[in-house]
Amino acid sequence: MSAPALEIKNLQAWYGESHVLHGVDMVVQPGEVVTLLGRNGAGRTSTLRAILGLTGSRKGSIKSNGHELIHLPTHRIARHGIGYCPEERGIFASLSCEENLMLPPTLKDSDKGMSVADIYEMFPNLAERRHSQGTRLSGGEQQMLAVARILRTGANLLLLDEISEGLAPVIVQALARMIKMLKSKGYTVVMVEQNFHFAAPLADRFYVMEHGRMVETFGAAELDAKMPVLNELLGV
Amino acid sequence: MGIFNLSNLPFPALLSQLLLGLVNGSFYAILSLGLAVIFGLLNVINFAHGALFMIGAVLTWMGLNYFNISYWAMLVLAPVIAGLFGMLTERLLLRWIYKLDHLYGLLLTLGITLLIEGVFRSAYGVSGLPYDTPDALQGATDLGFMILPNYRAWVVVASLSICFTTWFVIEKTRLGAYLRAGTENPRLVEAFGVNVPLMITLTYGFGVALAAFAGVLAAPVIQVSPLMGQNLIIVVFAIVVIGGMGSIMGAILTGLGLGVIEGLTKVVYPEASSTVVFVVMVIVLLIRPTGLFGKEK
Repeated sequence: MSAPALEIKNLQAWYGESHVLHGVDMVVQPGEVVTLLGRNGAGRTSTLRAILGLTGSRKGSIKSNGHELIHLPTHRIARHGIGYCPEERGIFASLSCEENLMLPPTLKDSDKGMSVADIYEMFPNLAERRHSQGTRLSGGEQQMLAVARILRTGANLLLLDEISEGLAPVIVQALARMIKMLKSKGYTVVMVEQNFHFAAPLADRFYVMEHGRMVETFGAAELDAKMPVLNELLGV
Repeated sequence: MGIFNLSNLPFPALLSQLLLGLVNGSFYAILSLGLAVIFGLLNVINFAHGALFMIGAVLTWMGLNYFNISYWAMLVLAPVIAGLFGMLTERLLLRWIYKLDHLYGLLLTLGITLLIEGVFRSAYGVSGLPYDTPDALQGATDLGFMILPNYRAWVVVASLSICFTTWFVIEKTRLGAYLRAGTENPRLVEAFGVNVPLMITLTYGFGVALAAFAGVLAAPVIQVSPLMGQNLIIVVFAIVVIGGMGSIMGAILTGLGLGVIEGLTKVVYPEASSTVVFVVMVIVLLIRPTGLFGKEK
């Protein structure tokens, strides 16, 4: 059996003096779509950021395909095939739409990245607005761009932070179709989602976080049975 | 009372001062460009820029007098040596202060300036070291309205070429896109797999190399002296403020423009020529606090 796409053991992380993750354990198998649920401040975004070394300091173990990442600098972590879409989207104002798309370097040993033509076919809006300044795009277009640019690199493990936040229902549906397409192509996806109704039909497995650690994990098949617990933990 | 009456001015005098202003403006442009590039990515106000300009000129002088290395070779060598020195400085000193207030960067680079200037002053004193114009650029060209020394024409051409090449690389290429993105959100660029700390070191090295390149160009024009950067750097800081911090094209155009304005002032009212840049700075700051090309953060 191949190594997990992501295996986190006893991950602790700090922002300065503030201890934000208190021993996160998590395993994601290749090709899985996993959603992190939890209230605001539970540590979901911090978990994604800690995987990439974007928190202050961290301890524990983070392995991707069997490679230990905890001691690597951020830029070398990304080169292990991890694509990150931040909560604030991170579209660069001084770059055009196409420059934003082309910004993340492609991975050396991967030929799995989507071509620009494929990306424009999947997101025709981006093709139309390729010369527009990145931050002049609509919220939905910016979100598509934020995801599209990591698909081009050949990254196989995608960390998506609140991609449905603040978007019109029609855009959210388009993003849901995109996640299904990515899953069918074998991508591994870890999503942080506040929008439970968006995440529920997409995920193979769920982790629930509270106070900087995982408190519950279950598969999609157990979702109905777990609803009372989720109601209690999340108020969904 | 005709001091501001432009119609009384001889046209050739006006044109020649315009051209000489463009020569000074070329130095301003190349120096303020370096400062803008460094400030954009490192967030450091590099007070040492004048001293690094001086290093370029002194290295050129040393190259000829100690090793018989020509001006043309030093035009490449001096920026490379100064750039390597800059990269070392960034790695050993500047790296520690990025998260602190701008004031710390200013103080640190002021300290570096005093150190560099002190070392060269103790070795060469404060009197100027003469450097001859290279043979190929000796002489002058008669433009009809003025005699333009060939070397000064070369200064304008070389500066503009370097400035606009730098602008092109930063604004129009993939490498430049990394720099622009790194200026906005370095942590995210790093999360995409770009080695941002290395990019910062190289950028500082490049900014320093630009200053040293200007220093080489200046060696035959201004007397090479350990304090030659001091006089220039204050004006260049004013120019960067007028252009707007961090704006590449702003730095280039403002540098050239202010050189020309300074030149014109020499014709119209010579007494004000050394202060006109600061007057412009005050006016611009009153009307546009972020500078002509600057954006609000």
